[in-house]
Amino acid sequence: MEVFVVSLLNGLVYGMLLFMLASGLTLILSMMGVLNFAHASAYMLGAYFAYTISVYIGFWPALIIAPLLCGLIGAAIEMWGLRRVHRNGHIAELLFTFGLALIIEKVVQMSWGLLPVPYRVPELLDFPLFKIYGTQFPAYRAFMLAISALMFGAIWLGLTRTRVGLVIQAALTHPDMASALGHNVPRIFTLVFAAGTALAGLAGVIGGNYQVTEPAMAFTMGPIVFVVVVFGGLGSLTGCFIASILMGLIQTFAVVFDVSLADLLAKFGFTVTSSTPFAEVLNVTLPRVGALLPFLMLVLILVFRPRGLMGTRDT
Amino acid sequence: MNMLRRHWPWLLALVILLAFPFLFYDWSKGRHSGFVLTLMSEIGVMAIFALSYNMLMGQAGLLSFGHAVLLGMGAYCAAHVVLLVKAGSFWLPTELVPLAGGLGGLFFGYVFGWLVTKQRATAFAMITMGLGELVSAAALMFMGFFGGEGGIPIDRVMDTSLVGVRYTSPWQVYCLVLVWAFIAAALMRLQTQTPLGSIANATRDNFERAQFVGYDPRVVRLYQFALSGFFAGIAGGLYVLIYEIVTFDTVSAAKSANALLAVYIGGAGGFFGPILGTIVVVLLQSGVSLLSNAWLLYVGVLFIVMVMYAPGGLIGLIFMHMPIWRAGRLRELALPYARAFPAALLVLLGFVFMVELASFTTIGAAQGKNFSIGGHLIDTTAPLPWVIALAALVLGGLWLRHEARSFRERWDALMEGVKIQDGVKMKGVKVQEAMS
Repeated sequence: MEVFVVSLLNGLVYGMLLFMLASGLTLILSMMGVLNFAHASAYMLGAYFAYTISVYIGFWPALIIAPLLCGLIGAAIEMWGLRRVHRNGHIAELLFTFGLALIIEKVVQMSWGLLPVPYRVPELLDFPLFKIYGTQFPAYRAFMLAISALMFGAIWLGLTRTRVGLVIQAALTHPDMASALGHNVPRIFTLVFAAGTALAGLAGVIGGNYQVTEPAMAFTMGPIVFVVVVFGGLGSLTGCFIASILMGLIQTFAVVFDVSLADLLAKFGFTVTSSTPFAEVLNVTLPRVGALLPFLMLVLILVFRPRGLMGTRDT
Repeated sequence: MNMLRRHWPWLLALVILLAFPFLFYDWSKGRHSGFVLTLMSEIGVMAIFALSYNMLMGQAGLLSFGHAVLLGMGAYCAAHVVLLVKAGSFWLPTELVPLAGGLGGLFFGYVFGWLVTKQRATAFAMITMGLGELVSAAALMFMGFFGGEGGIPIDRVMDTSLVGVRYTSPWQVYCLVLVWAFIAAALMRLQTQTPLGSIANATRDNFERAQFVGYDPRVVRLYQFALSGFFAGIAGGLYVLIYEIVTFDTVSAAKSANALLAVYIGGAGGFFGPILGTIVVVLLQSGVSLLSNAWLLYVGVLFIVMVMYAPGGLIGLIFMHMPIWRAGRLRELALPYARAFPAALLVLLGFVFMVELASFTTIGAAQGKNFSIGGHLIDTTAPLPWVIALAALVLGGLWLRHEARSFRERWDALMEGVKIQDGVKMKGVKVQEAMS
């Protein structure tokens, strides 16, 4: 029971972090059709910006400034890069962001070095909030949960209840019609791209000290975020939310349960010895395949249901 | 004789490739340069790999992010075959080890292809990415087939050669790579002219219409994928023979990215684009990475510049000049090019200097390296070098922009002229046809 509750909470925290990253990507992907490979790079930039800012003026200003910086960079990329590449089709856009991810990784290495930087949780939040069955739950995780929940609410309200949100939604599904009604669709694209990048930056600010801030963090996070977005389904923020939480829980719980297929078979009376065919596959324990599970789910869902969990259209 | 007339570029390339290593031959010791041979063998292998990738991306319009899976599986199969031959339980000439890799690639191409080719476009890209991640994680997990982190080491020296060569020297291996590269390239070239190759193009250009005519696009994609796996597997088999080891990084996302970079930089449109791109990418990786810490940045910038300004790749740039060349007016471009060249060089130098300054102040300093040009030590923390770099970059940029504008005018005028000339010629042909 103890393990279960703690894992549930941790899975929730990780899932919400994933959601912060994935929500921006979902907006960008479903609106512009751009599979933005540099999205996780914005997450990394957010973390590094926050680290540098927090060294000089503290964590709380960083929480605001770093995402704004990321958003500005995003807007610049969209206006001077993506829009130009857009004429050459989706694949060219995708490759553009891929090249961008390479450059950002190298620039980060050159600016902050190859080793992880000591980006720490702010002192104000560096205490255990409560104890469950003897395990402490850090206050910072609760803070992460709160921020991401706030953000989910804000996006949802913004998209469904405000005028800008309605225009964005219209441009999402019917860009030509929105443009014919006199809305500046390219500017909406820039706005959405900037907002998505800023969200990724925010995720970096609060996730960078939860995980490790290092130059490889974009490449470890990137594929998982894609899995979440595709799994949740294009054009669906709710699907994205569910998929994020699901992924967070799966990855956390996979680490906890030390079982293998061989154990499962043993319950049914089969014993696996070294001479059994595929003994190696059967003996692999769940924690070892934990990191694999998201990709397995990605492949399966794309084969059997390309529109994802709650998507409205195919990828 | 007719064969010779049609295929002379291939023969010429073969002769050049055989002669080239002798430029680096150490006559006093009677030895080839091992580095050059390994580099050229690597280019050969990666060229096959890039060409096989282009079967998907160029011909069928399928963007894969996990193509290295096929290369790697071919390599692992070839390695196991070599081990079996060594153990004496199986007989196969060394020369045919790449074929074993190819068959392995074909098998896995069919199996994985059956999964991934249900989708196309973005979904295909995503699903291949997932598959790539799965296989590269599996490569670390299962010791039996993949050998875990250490990989599977082999010894390529066997007594089962067809021509009596034991492949002890890099030169012998290089010759084998060349032969296989030419066979594979020729086969892939022929494949573009088969019905399958043409229909792959059709499903790329107009998916619905191809379907309507009665072809099942999925089957076309599957066959194309499996065949591309065959050739990637051949590259894998050669890889094993060159390095005598196969590790999990042959299936890694970085290897897949290499193929993508090579094909896109070289150009997916023409058949020879990927080969050109491979040469650039391998030289950047093996050559520049020895010289600079920041080579990945150069690759990224080159890639972005290509995507933004030359979506057809290097081969596309060359093809752009074809009409002017045919009209015999290429000489008129010499002056505009000569004028733009120093400006471009200045931008390049400024950029490289800037990047190197930055990389030496952080990464280089951490590694204890010093930045020196021609024996002069450069203080990367002093403002002067930075000012020079920035000035070169900015001034060069402005100058290049100015030259580019006049170049563009010249180019447009030339193209216009060429079109008029062509038009006159066409009219002449028509008049002749009418008269006869």
